Amino acid sequence: MSTYAHKKSFGATVWDYLTTVDHKKIGILYLIAGGFFFLVGGLEALFIRVQLAVPNNDFVSAGLYNEILTMHGTTMIFLAAMPLIFAFMNAAIPLQIGARDVAFPFLNSLGFWLFFFGGVFLNCSWFLGGAPDAGWTSYASLTLESDTHGVDFYILGLQISGIGTLIGGINFLVTIVNMRAPGMTYMRMPLFTWSAFVTSALILFAFPALTVGLFLLMFDRLFGGNFFDVSAGGNTIIWEHLFWIFGHPEVYILILPAFGIFSEIFATFSRKRLFGYSSMVFATVLIGFLGFMVWAHHMFTVGMGPIANAIFAVATMAIAVPTGIKIFNWLFTMWGGNIKFTTPMLYAIAFIPSFVAGGVTGIMNAVAAADYQYHDSYFVVAHFHYVIVGGVVLALLAGTHYYWPKMFGTLLNEALGKITFWLFLIGFHLTFFIQHFLGLMGMPRRVFTYLPNQGWETGNLISSIGAFFMGVAVIILLINIVMTQVKNVRVGNDPWEDGRSLEWAIPSPPPFYNFKQLPLVRGLDPYWIEKMEGKKEMTPAEPLGDIHMPNPSFLPVTISFGLFVAAFGAMYHVDDKNWALPVLIIGMGITLISMLIRSVKDDHGFHIHKEDLENEDDKGGRA
Amino acid sequence: MAAVQDKFTEMTWPSSPEKATLEAKNKFLGFWFFLGGETVLFGSLFATYLALKDKVPDSSHPLAKDLYSMELTFAATMLLLTSSLTSVYAMYHMKNFNFQRMQAWLLITVLLGAAFLGLEIYEFSHYVHEGHTFTSSAFGSAFYSLVGFHGGHVAFGLLWILSLMVRNAKRGLDLYNAPKFYVASLYWHFIDVVWVFIFTVVYLMGMVG
Ligand code: HEM
Ligand SMILES: [Cu+2]
Repeated sequence: MSTYAHKKSFGATVWDYLTTVDHKKIGILYLIAGGFFFLVGGLEALFIRVQLAVPNNDFVSAGLYNEILTMHGTTMIFLAAMPLIFAFMNAAIPLQIGARDVAFPFLNSLGFWLFFFGGVFLNCSWFLGGAPDAGWTSYASLTLESDTHGVDFYILGLQISGIGTLIGGINFLVTIVNMRAPGMTYMRMPLFTWSAFVTSALILFAFPALTVGLFLLMFDRLFGGNFFDVSAGGNTIIWEHLFWIFGHPEVYILILPAFGIFSEIFATFSRKRLFGYSSMVFATVLIGFLGFMVWAHHMFTVGMGPIANAIFAVATMAIAVPTGIKIFNWLFTMWGGNIKFTTPMLYAIAFIPSFVAGGVTGIMNAVAAADYQYHDSYFVVAHFHYVIVGGVVLALLAGTHYYWPKMFGTLLNEALGKITFWLFLIGFHLTFFIQHFLGLMGMPRRVFTYLPNQGWETGNLISSIGAFFMGVAVIILLINIVMTQVKNVRVGNDPWEDGRSLEWAIPSPPPFYNFKQLPLVRGLDPYWIEKMEGKKEMTPAEPLGDIHMPNPSFLPVTISFGLFVAAFGAMYHVDDKNWALPVLIIGMGITLISMLIRSVKDDHGFHIHKEDLENEDDKGGRA
Repeated sequence: MAAVQDKFTEMTWPSSPEKATLEAKNKFLGFWFFLGGETVLFGSLFATYLALKDKVPDSSHPLAKDLYSMELTFAATMLLLTSSLTSVYAMYHMKNFNFQRMQAWLLITVLLGAAFLGLEIYEFSHYVHEGHTFTSSAFGSAFYSLVGFHGGHVAFGLLWILSLMVRNAKRGLDLYNAPKFYVASLYWHFIDVVWVFIFTVVYLMGMVG
């Protein structure tokens, strides 16, 4: 055994994670932080459903309802779904392409800490005078009227975490272009890698629009700008455009990796090559491209005029074509396969009808003329929860079960996993199916209560009951996680026995350098190919040699922390608090000095020597 | 592949030092991607500016055609374009392993950039006297955001290039810092290209009304 595998003290472990630049550990950090925010957002959802369970309810006040609603959406999208996707991307992508790390390990860690401090900042609002209350879309007309600091927390918190996401996107783009193992051509990359690639490109081109939008809002609220102030010549529609130029690609940023995870799961547990691999790649790229052409379908009722509405309607409907291609490819992957009904596979199978339902209502929304009826009603709420919960969240739950062994070296309990699955699936449909009809019956979204005798009582009650099913499901998942980690039964390289891609060819969890020798990739599903030829491991592509690894660093934490501090200064400076400006300056100082240290201090990393690697055969870190 | 710590002479120096190691390749590509994101950022600011151009609360506020002056912005444009050219010279010497000349041309680049920034500050203060401020109108907010964001990029670029020059003054070129100089010059070109658009979209189109 080597030294790094010795049991460490608690403090040493914490320090290790604070300074780590190892993509596997960063993946775990994303999983924990994203999972935590998922619980917070889930709790907020339960409050919403309790309030709406019966008419004229006063569980929460109207103002508090707005805060909870806003924080639910914002938390789920930016602080739960995005980071959880990054968790699996970090855990799997470098392994899938046969790399020892990502292209920018330091920036990878910086991306995490920016997200984390941004998320903490946003949630500080609960304790400092009230959370944002202008909706997750934060339309400028509402934002400028909001009189607590809540929306300032939104603006600054998302700005900080958004930069983190952008950095993460660039990192994965470069990793996938430059770090693939010998033989890993683009058209041999697993679908999860492909979808991460396209998603990263979307992040790169979509997030700057949000960055600008948030800057403009910040200037208006905190520094006397007039972008959205109509009396000074401003125009609030600019925010809507900027937000949706980001916002629509954002929903594809979320769903494409979900598609990727499911593609892996379908192939693995159908024990069959993914049907129509090249058309899957093509469809992924096409969806990514079209995703930028449709943002204004969120603004049909703004008054853009019939021509603009028609163009955006047609462009929106076009996305259904590549999406449909994918659906059929998954079905054909299962067709004639030797299906194993594991927990991840159950999620994958349930995903198909759930997501298709969401796609169909999407097309309905895309009919601009009809959307005047659906818009701002519960029908839209039903639509986006069918795609986001039925698509993204099911994929995240599936991914949690599927990649758990690779991340932690243990297998989650299958019986409990299946209970979670069924409770969650039933709860999901109970909650959101009925909302289609509530919407069609005229119930507007974002209302804190409603009057009796409009035919909405039963629907809302059913919806609220469903939410608790999902809550129980998540609790069982947590129990499962604790039990599994306490029992700590270690698993081997390929715990699902049918692994196809490179990550299953190495130990669970892998040694910190991943591959002792880089593997030689001979086709799509490289590990499967070797297994079919009776081999147990990959053929190495290089002789055993020294391995170059990056140094750990604490600077990502300080850089992010500085911005966190500065944000408080920026926010309170409008109140003429005399400590605000110094705090702003100190915060920026911490960040800039940390950045300066990073840039003037040479960091060449270190080498693991060949001899040490040879002594580690018991760890089995061979390619 | 070459290693970062290797010592070089003019004869052994690779022809593309900015891409000679894996780290360098990553940095090179990553920076191009970053510039892609910056393009969207400036694109959004341009769109905002165009939507809010000349949008003022009442007729007492100056409009674009009342404000901009050809002489000033033309001089600023020439300064920045020239600085782009001098940074090309610097990179030429970097590729030829001529550290002193590279430093000299970088210094000229920095001086030109600083002169540009000086003109911009003068221009802004002039506008403020005419009643065109960040808070006076939507037009003002949009103008100062777009042009000021660019100016902020110039200032950051100056600090960046300067700190690279100072940090490496004693040790000369190697494969660790060559890519750093290279991406800094890429950044400088990018700023220059953005300025060409600002010159056209903001100033030239502003002057015709
Ligand atoms: C076939 C694909 C899809 C189509 C045609 C479609 C179409 C639409 C349209 C037209 C709207 C605006 C409705 C309105 O406000 O009146 C909408 C809203 C929305 N969609 Fe989709 N969509 C599709 C897929 C998705 C996916 C995959 C996601 C996320 C993973 C998603 C997330 C959302 C969200 C979050 C909203 C509501 C945003 C808000 O107003 O808060 N959609 N969709
Ligand atoms: Cu959309």
